[in-house]
Amino acid sequence: MVKRSLFVAVLLVCLPVTLFAQYDYVRITNPFLHKIPIAVPLFKPLSGSEPEVMAAQGGADLLADTLAFTRCFNLINRAVFLERPDRTGVTLADIDCKNWRDIGAEFLVTGGVTVAGGIVEMELRLFDVFKERMILGKKYKGKPEDQRKMIHRFCAEVMEQLTGTPGIFESRIAFVSTGDGSKEIYACEFDGYDPQRITRNSSINLSPAWSSDGRWLAYTSYRKGGPDLYITNLTENRGTVFSKEGINIAPSWVPGQFMLAATLSFEGDQEIYLLTGSGTVVRRLTRSWGIDVSPSFSPDGKRMAFVSGRAGSPQIFVMDMASGRTERLTFEGGYNTNPSWNPVNDTIAYCAKTGGVFNIHVIDVKTGTTVALTADQGDNESPSWSPDGSLIAFSSTREAGVSRIYVMTAAGTDPRRLLILPGEQTGPKWSPAVAAGR
Amino acid sequence: MEKKRLFVMFVMLFAICGLLFTVSCAKQSVQSEAVELETDSSAASAEVSQMTAEETAEEMAEEMAEAEAIAAEEAAARDAFVNEHIHFDFDKSTLTPAAREILRAKAMWLRNNVDASVVIEGHCDERGTTEYNLALGDRRAKAAKDFLVDMGISASRLSTISYGEERPLDPGSNEAAWAKNRRAQFVLR
Repeated sequence: MVKRSLFVAVLLVCLPVTLFAQYDYVRITNPFLHKIPIAVPLFKPLSGSEPEVMAAQGGADLLADTLAFTRCFNLINRAVFLERPDRTGVTLADIDCKNWRDIGAEFLVTGGVTVAGGIVEMELRLFDVFKERMILGKKYKGKPEDQRKMIHRFCAEVMEQLTGTPGIFESRIAFVSTGDGSKEIYACEFDGYDPQRITRNSSINLSPAWSSDGRWLAYTSYRKGGPDLYITNLTENRGTVFSKEGINIAPSWVPGQFMLAATLSFEGDQEIYLLTGSGTVVRRLTRSWGIDVSPSFSPDGKRMAFVSGRAGSPQIFVMDMASGRTERLTFEGGYNTNPSWNPVNDTIAYCAKTGGVFNIHVIDVKTGTTVALTADQGDNESPSWSPDGSLIAFSSTREAGVSRIYVMTAAGTDPRRLLILPGEQTGPKWSPAVAAGR
Repeated sequence: MEKKRLFVMFVMLFAICGLLFTVSCAKQSVQSEAVELETDSSAASAEVSQMTAEETAEEMAEEMAEAEAIAAEEAAARDAFVNEHIHFDFDKSTLTPAAREILRAKAMWLRNNVDASVVIEGHCDERGTTEYNLALGDRRAKAAKDFLVDMGISASRLSTISYGEERPLDPGSNEAAWAKNRRAQFVLR
């Protein structure tokens, strides 16, 4: 079930204020971006009750962590703060912007929390401490369990204000985990929160792929014996099993369509086919002897990157969907796989084997220029872009040789482990901007 | 009198032989074929007791030993068929000369065991990507199947499945383990 938003957001400020707030957006895909210095002091419990104090503390920490996760912000340490808005007050009249400028902040977020009758009210404000004005003010009201959603909604507004895109706070990451003894598919929120198991069949489940409306998940499962393709609706209990002789693997959805590409071998060779979401073969896309696998589409769906063994070793190729014309993209190294097309531009992240180890590289489709994003940190595989193209999720054996999921920036900086789960985690797939939970 | 003594000796001889058989059968009881053998030998002894004195116990013993040897041979051949895997080079699905040799023996066995149907599993080592390895495992299984079909085995008796890198024989991360894991293996249906 998609949880309906039960809380109400109210604009606290008069509109004109936001209208003339013209900012030079921070380019979140810029490799050497300047992180925005921001202060997030503890929220103020407005009536001072016990549940309010709890909500205020948790809310401020979650907001700070959420902004930090984007790698766009530099969260200023609370220990150096000169003011305590949780005591003195949360409006522009209550704060002294100079106190925040002096500790290096450019922006300040304050929060006030009221908990009454099982309803949480949260008023959140974003201040530009140089221009000394409020640029965003919102009041959210809902049940205590909606607090996380309220904070994410406000963070999306902050991102929109400062970077021009609402961010990734409603996206999810699907992955494979062995924690329960077999390879099962899980999905968690963008920041690793609340991992939910999606398959429970104790066989082998692999290669999750999100539809572009975030409501369908296709994956490979051995549930009925062989590697079959499962196309499952995440909110309603329905779906299709696509099972032809041979392999039915490596699904990837066509952007904006209820259509996906997958590798099948019922005709003998391992070729990529186009299927409808209800499991009908539309047409065969590749026609070359040898393996063709791992399709990934350009944002407009007009081109498809994939791995082919036609050159004697696995390399990445790009096919024009209308004409079928195919060109080889990678030439360096003898093993380039796992292409993941950036959802906002013409770059492709992939996995390259160099010197016996696997690393994440990014290649510019037009120029063919490649950049290595990981090095000397175990094996790094299965890159998957965040929906805004600012971050990359991937699996790595950097810690004790055990495969885990990490998230780094598009430039390869700030890698951090996504979540703690037993077993090994592999094959992360980041959803579109909004994805259905389960 | 003379005749009676001869008869007693004959019976005794037979009893000793029967005892010998029982012992050798018990030894084999770990194998599933031993069960069949045991029932065979008891049926045979029932038959023998009705036989005329002309047939000597020696002949019987030879016959029994022969049957036993054949059964053991068959069991060994079957074990070899199931337990002997063929191996591949990294990122390759082409059959090596050694793999062809093993496959020829497997074709022979399949010719001798016309009722047997086989699932050929294609496996890879842990290196490389999951999806590419699933496709590679499919090619390896199919390469083995195609070879057997070329050797005259009906395709309807052979099916394939790829496990990619999901079912390693050796969980190690070294050359020896990888070489062991890049394989096609044969499972009787």
